Amino acid sequence: MNIVVCVKQVPDTEVERSLVPGQGTVDRASVDGVINYLDEFAIEESLKIAEAQGGEVTILSVGPAKAAESIRKALSMGADKAVHVIDDGLAGSDALATSLAIAEALKVVGFDLVVFGSESTDARTGVVPAMVAERLGVPQLTLAGKVDISGSEVTIRRVTDDGYEVVTGSLPAVVSVVEKINEPRYPTFKGIMAAKKKPVQTLTLADLSLDAGSVGLAGAASWVEDFAKRPPRAAGVVVKDEGDGGAKAAAFLAERKFI
Amino acid sequence: MAEVLVLAERTADGEVKKVTLELLSAARRLGEPSVVWTGPGADAAQARLAEYGAVKVYVADSPDFAGYVVAPTAELLASLVADKSPAAVLVAGTTEGKEVAGRLAVKTGSGVLTDAVEVTAGDGGPVAEQPNFGGAVTVHSVVRTGTPIVAVRPNSVAAEPSPAAATVEAVAFTASDAAKGAKVTEHVVAAASERPELSEASIVVSGGRGTGSADGFGIIEQLADSLGAAVGASRAVVDAGWYPHAFQVGQTGKTVSPQLYVAVGISGAIQHRAGMQTSKTIMAINKDAEAPIFEIADLGIVGDLFTVVPQLIEEIGKRKQI
Repeated sequence: MNIVVCVKQVPDTEVERSLVPGQGTVDRASVDGVINYLDEFAIEESLKIAEAQGGEVTILSVGPAKAAESIRKALSMGADKAVHVIDDGLAGSDALATSLAIAEALKVVGFDLVVFGSESTDARTGVVPAMVAERLGVPQLTLAGKVDISGSEVTIRRVTDDGYEVVTGSLPAVVSVVEKINEPRYPTFKGIMAAKKKPVQTLTLADLSLDAGSVGLAGAASWVEDFAKRPPRAAGVVVKDEGDGGAKAAAFLAERKFI
Repeated sequence: MAEVLVLAERTADGEVKKVTLELLSAARRLGEPSVVWTGPGADAAQARLAEYGAVKVYVADSPDFAGYVVAPTAELLASLVADKSPAAVLVAGTTEGKEVAGRLAVKTGSGVLTDAVEVTAGDGGPVAEQPNFGGAVTVHSVVRTGTPIVAVRPNSVAAEPSPAAATVEAVAFTASDAAKGAKVTEHVVAAASERPELSEASIVVSGGRGTGSADGFGIIEQLADSLGAAVGASRAVVDAGWYPHAFQVGQTGKTVSPQLYVAVGISGAIQHRAGMQTSKTIMAINKDAEAPIFEIADLGIVGDLFTVVPQLIEEIGKRKQI
């Protein structure tokens, strides 16, 4: 089985992040890039499927040169090879344009199963897996808390607000997995060394037969008009519990009409 | 006045979700709201939709919406967008609502704005206010191509009654084969909880590592119940297996902005703050005076949660009796 995992490099979530003035795009230059934490579950699930069913795991990432670091990390976890879609024309792409680049790259690379994390921790739109399924015209088996594959049938447990749904579709298909579906493995030393020799193919917009007007800032259908750092919350009151902490808390809640 | 399509959502009991009423309030600022109702139950919902300002209700009562994942709903909306040329389409910013929005955006070649906490009418269409990076940055965005699609975060826009006709119009719909790729064979509703839904609750009580264990976390549920609140948990608690992932609040997991957020035994790392710092009022209880949660709390109590919280529950009980 040919499994392609879509991986995004995002600004580290443990530090303060911002947007580029005048562009309203994510500032990727001034903050360390890390692999999107939620994608690690997608990589792990793909490796498990390939181990159980046989097959090859390909990492697909759309992003600037820096994204190569995250691609290497994904390879060091055990993926076989990678495809890096890299082109200056892609900078500033919104979800609609990103899904177009991913879908076109998937057509070039070929796939039986496409696996995503549930969302990226930077833009957090959560729409790209559904968009890619729509563009490819294949079943959308998203938000999976469990994935089972039997022959060409994929069955997932789709996590909903009030429980879950059992959903079935045929390969080729798009799957997204939720946080905690598995326990992502750490790269081993051997894995890290092996990753250095694994093939990474680069593709440009021309390779995907896309023109620059359809993606990037030029092709953005959604647009940031302005942005501002949220003003810090006004400092509140901090009191030490002197045996009356609970009573003070209750008085505060009563004063604000919560009780 | 231009039409604005509002995709309705309903609870497992068939009632109109609060977020749908919120969407109606937001839609009225942009034009005349027309609700899009998928599946059965429109008759029972009609009065409520009228109360909150629905001018029309398009009802497509097809089993395909419950029978297949997301795609049929996007297909219906795309045909309504083609027919009615609405000024905008509003959906709930739930995981499923956002997926519908995504597919609709591809079908109609339109821009989509997710996670809006405020929607206003601008010169060129709706302007969405979005908290980025967990609320660290506030963004105003617009759609430049196609029919603007906006996913509005539950609990952000106040639902205000504004009676309208809610004239029901039946819409014939059968999903295409292409929209039937992902078949729902079973829908399992988790054990019904008496507590409000986390993303819609007006009060959320969350517990963190300070609760010490799954047993210790029970005190969070007790406090939540005394306040009629939803229960949330920090990532540390979920990682430790003390509480289910569905209740995780943070950068990954649920984003909440209730009227009141009570953080108990939570230090308030960036990862957690990203999911709750847009809450209107924040109260924190933690034994570490240096915990970053106190920097954003309106009231912070430095103390042992196992003495402070029982006293708080007792005080709440006393005040209820008055």
